[in-house]
Amino acid sequence: MSNSELSRRDFIKVTTGIVGGVIGVAVGLPAVAYLLDPAFKSGGKEAWIPIGKIADMQVGKPYPFSFTRVQVNGWERTSTSHGGFAIRKSEDPKDIVILNSRCTHLGCTVNWKEDAQAFICPCHDAKFSKDGVVLDGPPPRPLDRYADFRLSDDGSTLEIFYKES
Amino acid sequence: MWKKVFDWLDERLGLNDLYKNLLDRPEPMGNWWNTLGSASLFLFILQGVTGIFLTVYYTPSPDHAYDSINYIMNGVAMGWLIRGIHHWGATLMVIVVFVHMLRVFVTASFKYPRELTWLIGIGLFLLTLGMGFTGYLLPFDEKSFWATTVGTQIAGSVPFIGDFILKALRGGSNISALTLQRFFSAHIWMLPAGLAGLIGVHLYLIIKHGESNWPKKED
Repeated sequence: MSNSELSRRDFIKVTTGIVGGVIGVAVGLPAVAYLLDPAFKSGGKEAWIPIGKIADMQVGKPYPFSFTRVQVNGWERTSTSHGGFAIRKSEDPKDIVILNSRCTHLGCTVNWKEDAQAFICPCHDAKFSKDGVVLDGPPPRPLDRYADFRLSDDGSTLEIFYKES
Repeated sequence: MWKKVFDWLDERLGLNDLYKNLLDRPEPMGNWWNTLGSASLFLFILQGVTGIFLTVYYTPSPDHAYDSINYIMNGVAMGWLIRGIHHWGATLMVIVVFVHMLRVFVTASFKYPRELTWLIGIGLFLLTLGMGFTGYLLPFDEKSFWATTVGTQIAGSVPFIGDFILKALRGGSNISALTLQRFFSAHIWMLPAGLAGLIGVHLYLIIKHGESNWPKKED
């Protein structure tokens, strides 16, 4: 270019570049948001789940409970079952141990055996005490506990805190 | 520094030659009707890009296709935009390709030495319609189901081999999971591959022969 004015060709080039850039950004940025969207979503819904009437739970006798949670992943729903035992240690309604019935070895469901006074896993004969401590068998750690629990507002129902993974 | 990098690349890739021959080539006096081919190419690329992104969430199965699109529209950030561009871009592409074809016909640009460019263009137009037809089924709602029912029945009305064509298109006698799956396969693999290949030849021929002059009174 001999003078400082923009030539017709250069104008076309610059305009094409700018318009192309704008279109690229207008499609590109939403596309990135679209792709990464699941990573920005806060998973793990929380809920207080009622597991039973406190009056039905006898002191010293494991009270079995179970509940089902439905997890929605995009357009697909998966329901998972959970279960456990609530054991009142004394008349004090706060003095409760709530165990997850999922065996810490390979995930089978343990059952309370009254005569053995222990939780027995049907898969590999693991044995847990009433407090969930490993008495026998392969489990690496005691039964998991639902540590967050509360009584409902009227004081009749026991509720546990559950958070999706 | 950048000049050195560019020169090194240019020496090996021939960037300047490419630019001169592909983008800076001499053209007859400009006319806006002559830009429709480039517009078609742009729409093809746009449909390709948005289509690729749609496959991230779309599921071609009868029990999930509609739900997955519903999720794209309502559950994913910017999903409505990506699908909206793909949806409206599809309609626009059919129109632009058709008007481009009309322009070539009206200006008689299909004559010697561009007959093959024209014939390949016909192929590109038919493939574009095929993309529209196969893409229409993918949401798998009532509208797409019945549109495909009718469309494949029309193909099935061919004498003697109609029933065979119908079954080949549907993957059986009925519109089923097989139909959805093969329409999906055609929509994202077969037809785009055909389009991309023919576009390559089409562009090569355009660059080889240059664009035709706008007809004058004497023509």
